[in-house]
Amino acid sequence: MVVSFKLNGIKREAIVEADTTLYKLLRELGCYSVKCGCETTNCGLCTVIVNNKSVLSCAVLALDVDGAEIETLEGLESEALEFGLCMADEGSEQCGFCNTGFIVNVVMMMRELDEIDRESVKKYLAGNLCRCTGYQGQLRALEKFIERKRGIKI
Amino acid sequence: MYIANNYVRAKSLEEAWELNQKKNNKIVAGNCWTRLGHGNIGTIISLKDLGLDKIESDKEQIKIGAMVSLREIENNKEILESFGNCVQKAVESIVGVQFRNLATVGGSVWGRFGFSDVLTVFLALGAKVELFKKGIVGIEEFIEMDYDRDVLVSIILPKKGLKASYDSVRLTKTDFPMLNCCVARNGEKMRVVIGAKPTKARFFDCDFNEESDKIVEQFVFGSNLRATEKYRKSVAKVLIERNRRAVM
Ligand SMILES: Cc1cc2nc3c(=O)[nH]c(=O)nc-3n(C[C@H](O)[C@H](O)[C@H](O)COP(=O)(O)OP(=O)(O)OC[C@H]3O[C@@H](n4cnc5c(N)ncnc54)[C@H](O)[C@@H]3O)c2cc1C
Ligand code: FES
Ligand code: FES
Repeated sequence: MVVSFKLNGIKREAIVEADTTLYKLLRELGCYSVKCGCETTNCGLCTVIVNNKSVLSCAVLALDVDGAEIETLEGLESEALEFGLCMADEGSEQCGFCNTGFIVNVVMMMRELDEIDRESVKKYLAGNLCRCTGYQGQLRALEKFIERKRGIKI
Repeated sequence: MYIANNYVRAKSLEEAWELNQKKNNKIVAGNCWTRLGHGNIGTIISLKDLGLDKIESDKEQIKIGAMVSLREIENNKEILESFGNCVQKAVESIVGVQFRNLATVGGSVWGRFGFSDVLTVFLALGAKVELFKKGIVGIEEFIEMDYDRDVLVSIILPKKGLKASYDSVRLTKTDFPMLNCCVARNGEKMRVVIGAKPTKARFFDCDFNEESDKIVEQFVFGSNLRATEKYRKSVAKVLIERNRRAVM
């Protein structure tokens, strides 16, 4: 079956099976930032943006995104770079495995939340698990980033 | 993940229902739960093109389409204004934002999961379930029904001026609840719902001042990996009291 969509601003078409997940399709299309951690919709590693909403690509059926706009970290470079640098400054990376899904969700959080505080940040990012438990480092990076972008301390 | 041979976007509820009568076909909504299965599906039935992704409100009720996501009911202003933050509190601990953008109200109610936060809050609010063939039934009745092959169309929340409060206990954030509870006050009466006992949510209607010791006796608790029966029973009393205080 054929599915058409926009991937990082470029029109794409692909032939997929009924049960192909968006995760699998994106990897096949070369988006290697999209990774799979749990495959049970628990960890947030496979996060991508579909029609300006962050979703778990391991659960989305490829045929469900027909006509949609999809963004992966590959297409979010400018929005993601500044936060990535804050993470590097604050030593937020340990093994680094969880970073890609986490950064995509941070980008989406900045787009979605008009008002932001420590509690809303924690709630928004609760679905991004870090098996190295590097949450304090991530929080320091978020404090720095949000102060730069919004001029507020969280 | 299961294996599926075919995928059809139904053009009408009738078509979705027809396709769903075949045993190895399956309605797939958010796919969050279904993707955990390993069987074979003949045809995946998608309800995406049926306009079931809307929340409609009038003086009497709020109608939530089966394909509305949990994230949408979490943020919906009408729901917040009519029922306070109980719906928001019930869903906000379910996995994460990315998950709740996918998981649907229809899939959550249809599943009738023992651990469900969604059932607990809807049961307290006296929700009704609209089914394509069977019509509208109370959620109390729906919970007891067999898993037949009907199509869930919407959830209806009657605006009865209830004051409701929701709380749950989880061993870690975003995990399944160890226990959940919702109290809905209607004047001097209240409905207490307890879910994740660990079995399916049940309700008890009583006077607002009923003793919590007596209320918990109306529920059957059990043990599993998350907690023992005894512990659940003790926590239930605390949750009832907390919720009761919140609607005083
Ligand atoms: C890892 C994980 C953690 C979870 N944690 C919680 C939690 O803490 N609290 C909680 O309340 N819930 C929890 N859930 C359940 C979750 O919130 C959803 O209820 C669940 O994913 C089903 O929603 P869905 O849209 O993904 O349904 P799907 O997986 O697409 O479908 C679920 C079932 O419903 C049927 N179905 C779907 N829509 C319809 C319809 N309109 N008519 C008829 N049948 C239909 C499908 O055929 C299938 O049998 C969890 C689920 C997972 C996978
Ligand atoms: S791989 Fe999708 S949530 Fe873990
Ligand atoms: S840094 Fe290792 S999983 Fe998060």
